[in-house]
Amino acid sequence: MIVGKQKPLDDIWNRVKEFEKLLVFGCNTCVAVCHEGGNKEAEILASLLRMRATQENVSIDIRNSGIERQCEHEFFETAEKEIEWADAVLSIACGVGVQFMVKRYPLLRVYPGLDTTFMGDVEKPGLFTESCQACGKCILDLTAGICVMSRCAKRLLNGPCGGSTKGKCEISKEVDCAWQLVVDRLETLGNLDEFVKVIPLKDWSTNRDGGPRKLIHEDLET
Amino acid sequence: MNTKTPSKLEKILAAGHMAVTSECGPPRGSNPEAITKKAEMIRNHVDAINITDNQTSVTRLCSLAACIRLKLMGVEPVLQMVTRDRNRIALQSDILGAASFDIHNILCLTGDHQSFGDCPQGQNVHDLDSIQLIQTVRHMRDEGKFIGGDDIQRPPSMFVGAAANPFADPFHIRALRLAKKVNAGVEFIQTQCIYNLDRFEKWMEMVRDLGLTEKVFILAGLTPFKSAGMAKYMKNRVPGMDVPDEVVSRMAETPKEKQAEEGINICVESIERLKELPGVAGFHIMAIEWEEKVPEIVERTGLYPRPQVS
Ligand code: SF4
Repeated sequence: MIVGKQKPLDDIWNRVKEFEKLLVFGCNTCVAVCHEGGNKEAEILASLLRMRATQENVSIDIRNSGIERQCEHEFFETAEKEIEWADAVLSIACGVGVQFMVKRYPLLRVYPGLDTTFMGDVEKPGLFTESCQACGKCILDLTAGICVMSRCAKRLLNGPCGGSTKGKCEISKEVDCAWQLVVDRLETLGNLDEFVKVIPLKDWSTNRDGGPRKLIHEDLET
Repeated sequence: MNTKTPSKLEKILAAGHMAVTSECGPPRGSNPEAITKKAEMIRNHVDAINITDNQTSVTRLCSLAACIRLKLMGVEPVLQMVTRDRNRIALQSDILGAASFDIHNILCLTGDHQSFGDCPQGQNVHDLDSIQLIQTVRHMRDEGKFIGGDDIQRPPSMFVGAAANPFADPFHIRALRLAKKVNAGVEFIQTQCIYNLDRFEKWMEMVRDLGLTEKVFILAGLTPFKSAGMAKYMKNRVPGMDVPDEVVSRMAETPKEKQAEEGINICVESIERLKELPGVAGFHIMAIEWEEKVPEIVERTGLYPRPQVS
């Protein structure tokens, strides 16, 4: 899933305070799971902004709403009226959702209320960790199922580097060394011989480096 | 004697001599004397001098330009190259630039993470990693081709090195990681600074068991302590460094004015012990901002005069 984090309230406020009718708009899938961008969070954020408006004596009408997913047309129907009402939308979806709204409503002002942080998993309640970079060519078969693209601070294909200490990465004692995890898992599975094979140069053309990516299913296109 | 490049370092090692290398960090400015002065101090006592590549991710004068300075004064450089800052186009291009000045040694490194340096908000590239850089230089030299497959006119002729850190974790795969570098085509290794000699000897034993000392020349890395403070700093603050408590206390128990001398003594004793260790082909003495001490260390350990090869 996609994980995001709300921008600081000051930043959001300074961005939206000039408008008269503001809609705080949640996205109730990925970013709701991490409790940052769902419809409930939209409600809370809207009341915080209203309080701020009162404190600063700014006249602004703030409503909140949300849909299941801001990245697909079919979910927008229920919110069309509120969107039409607003002169600006503060979307707390991920960057995909914000841009989808920009595409869908060419004349509407849409601003991001979240920083989209990473693609990750829910390791345990309240802990979300990055685990994929969408490099476009999965190599998990070569690295014992550990994504070194996203979990090694130097994205080394042939680690661990010389900074790996007691299972932790050289950048911080709080960060696991991805390559320690690879080695541990290779050992558990009895595959340590795999380790000495050199993983060849990566083709980055499937990554962001190759330009924006698309997936087309001609049979499904309308 | 079988050598593949005109490198003096390769010739010395191939002839079975103990090699001695050292290193200089370029300045944080453009004054060339910062390099030439350091090199002058040690040129007669070492076979080649490494120039570091923005070490600890702090921006400095570039390694390639500093290597050219050495070359112009008739000193043999080892070009250090990290994969942190350049993609494969820039790496290959700099290798050719170095080759055009007949720089015959390269040390392929990953580089410290940029968060340690003066640009923690910068990107890191790592298009290749150090092992893939080894492969790349060998490919350019031996096949005479670019990564993309085109022919290189006048390919580089470089003796290919890398670093090894026997003290990083997980310890038991550190010899295997060297095997991986050997698979990639590395020809010489300069190790991380050795303070824990027992652990280094254990590592060398694992390296010998894998038959790697037949395939790669290993230069043991040493850095003398200037003070007890430095010993503590290296122990606690430098990632991947193993400084045993006895060594720290030996420095700490020495009166302040004698600590520098004691640091040199420890370094000399370590070299004496490691000279006897099978598989050690030479020494890489990294006297950080203390280059003037290198001649003393080399002389006291009987490694002077340096062999002449042609
Ligand atoms: S310590 Fe491990 S995770 Fe961190 S950069 Fe090195 S190999 Fe990657």
